[in-house]
Amino acid sequence: MPDQLLFAMEVMLNGLMAGVLYALVALGFVLIFKASGIFNYAQGVMALFSALTLVGIMDGQIPFSHLINAIFGTDLHHFGWHVPAVVAIFLTVIVMAVFAWLVQKFIFRHLVNQEPILLFMATIGLAYFLEGVGDLMWGSDIKKLDVGLPQGINEWIDITTFEAFGYGFFIDNLDISATIVAIILVAGLIAFSQYTKQGRALRAVADDHQAALSVGISLNFIWILVWSIAGFVALVAGIMWGAKSGVQFSLSLIALKALPVLMLGGFTSIPGAIVGGLIIGVGEKLFEFLIGPMVGGATENWFAYVLALLFLVFRPQGLFGEKIIERV
Amino acid sequence: MSGGNYVTADGRQIGNVLMEMKNITLRFGGVVAIKDISFDIHEGEIRAIIGPNGAGKSSMLNVISGFYHPQEGEVWFRGSRRPVMKPYQVAEQKIARTFQNIALFDGMSVLDNVMTGRLTSMKAGMFAQAIWKGKAEREEVENREVVEKIIDFLEIQAIRKTPVGRLPYGLKKRVELARALAAEPKLLLLDEPMAGMNVEEKEDMSRFILDVNDEFGTTIALIEHDMGVVMDLSDRVVVMDYGRKIGDGTPDEVRNNQEVIDAYLGVSHD
Ligand SMILES: Nc1ncnc2c1ncn2[C@@H]1O[C@H](COP(=O)(O)OP(=O)(O)OP(=O)(O)O)[C@@H](O)[C@H]1O
Ligand SMILES: [Mg+2]
Repeated sequence: MPDQLLFAMEVMLNGLMAGVLYALVALGFVLIFKASGIFNYAQGVMALFSALTLVGIMDGQIPFSHLINAIFGTDLHHFGWHVPAVVAIFLTVIVMAVFAWLVQKFIFRHLVNQEPILLFMATIGLAYFLEGVGDLMWGSDIKKLDVGLPQGINEWIDITTFEAFGYGFFIDNLDISATIVAIILVAGLIAFSQYTKQGRALRAVADDHQAALSVGISLNFIWILVWSIAGFVALVAGIMWGAKSGVQFSLSLIALKALPVLMLGGFTSIPGAIVGGLIIGVGEKLFEFLIGPMVGGATENWFAYVLALLFLVFRPQGLFGEKIIERV
Repeated sequence: MSGGNYVTADGRQIGNVLMEMKNITLRFGGVVAIKDISFDIHEGEIRAIIGPNGAGKSSMLNVISGFYHPQEGEVWFRGSRRPVMKPYQVAEQKIARTFQNIALFDGMSVLDNVMTGRLTSMKAGMFAQAIWKGKAEREEVENREVVEKIIDFLEIQAIRKTPVGRLPYGLKKRVELARALAAEPKLLLLDEPMAGMNVEEKEDMSRFILDVNDEFGTTIALIEHDMGVVMDLSDRVVVMDYGRKIGDGTPDEVRNNQEVIDAYLGVSHD
């Protein structure tokens, strides 16, 4: 096989792995948007915040220590213990559920039936507020996150591809485990929505609020539930991204990459979010590899947005949406 | 007439007061949708609410089902005063409803729509379902049985798997009734169940309503514009006009009430 093709294949595989992450963030958006019509700008910050919290708990960091020290003149930083990853993840899930409850109680309960643009503005406020709280709670330094996922080059793939093509593919173990975790997560979500009482209620709310009320569903409860699930999805995304490049505040910017993913996949389609994420992941890596050298590189910054723009022009309903026919 | 138990014209024994509305007043800003209205609904009864457009009939149903909260008055259910309740809490008390403008889950099949009617009857929570699978499965089987029975009863087997969004209007109304019945309600609230139907569909729906009342002993409160239907179906009728109650009694009593006749003939209010 020609080298160029092999490189391209390797690039594609790596793009697929990056796409998994975009897909996860987009999934969080879709869940909340479907259930409540809220476009949650804070989804990326939720990933950041949950990852910060996870690291903080694992390292035994004292929350708000800067604040406490500034007020009381103390010099506290750590509890002096370490929490195993599994326990810390569990505790972080609880923190995200409490966050969901607070968001519902103090913000969106009071904004029921408001204009979508108003809800959107509220989530922008929420995003910056949460970013500030994350900073205050855990500090703004870049943190290492290691939850015990395997890292480094996958030897088996390297050797097998080398024997087959005379060229060893470089695939990171972390990417592989991230993909597996994401598949399990999506399968779990599907099972939840199909087979549990709460999952059914969730689908009902996503379809029609009034009808949902009449069959005995508490909208408030479902919204807390869906924000909790979105928080959990954010945590998974945060762990993956954090394990790869450290937990840092630029993490919240991945939310912006989810936007073109949503334009491709549609705002209400879960398969759309997944496929859209993968297309953007592969597309931007492949584009950079093939076209990048001709235009001086750095195409990854804008490729996704241009692709989304083309979609908006030629297929505004997204990949899986039904064709929009204007009634006159 | 209201108060004690009674025997209907067709010889059915009507039970005690199930629900009582006492001096209900509901305002939307300056609009008074319901003005100091009282009436009761007995167990086993088919109670109609009639009146011209904008009289406040739907508003009354919305008060009963917890969608609207009146500024004044009391709602009594099964002998005790009901606190202010959310719609889902009312549904948990086995009060089911349909809507004037049909509210179905358009993205789901008929079967799934009717299945949502079982949500209040499902006990197993999320964690029980994850841990104690057997119990959840048994419950699922029971729920299916109830749902299938209702689907047979309303003769919608043929469209079980059809997405509801594709159904014609008349069938949608029937599916909405099926979903309400799936909750096995004590009290069933129907907001214009026959609006927009042709004669044949109306006859079917009338038959279903009578059968539900007869076979399951369900108490029914319904809003209807077609006077023929109202006279045929209902045991007692409340008549509303401009938010006020202007009549209450058997169909015959109401039909001969001068104020009711005036309201329907559009005699000017002075
Ligand atoms: N949510 C609401 N907000 C504001 N006003 C309302 C609301 N619901 C009802 N109203 C007003 O209350 C009055 C009674 O309306 P309602 O829908 O109860 O009448 P109705 O008897 O059901 O009429 P129809 O036969 O047309 O269905 C009307 O003036 C209506 O505009
Ligand atoms: Mg009405």
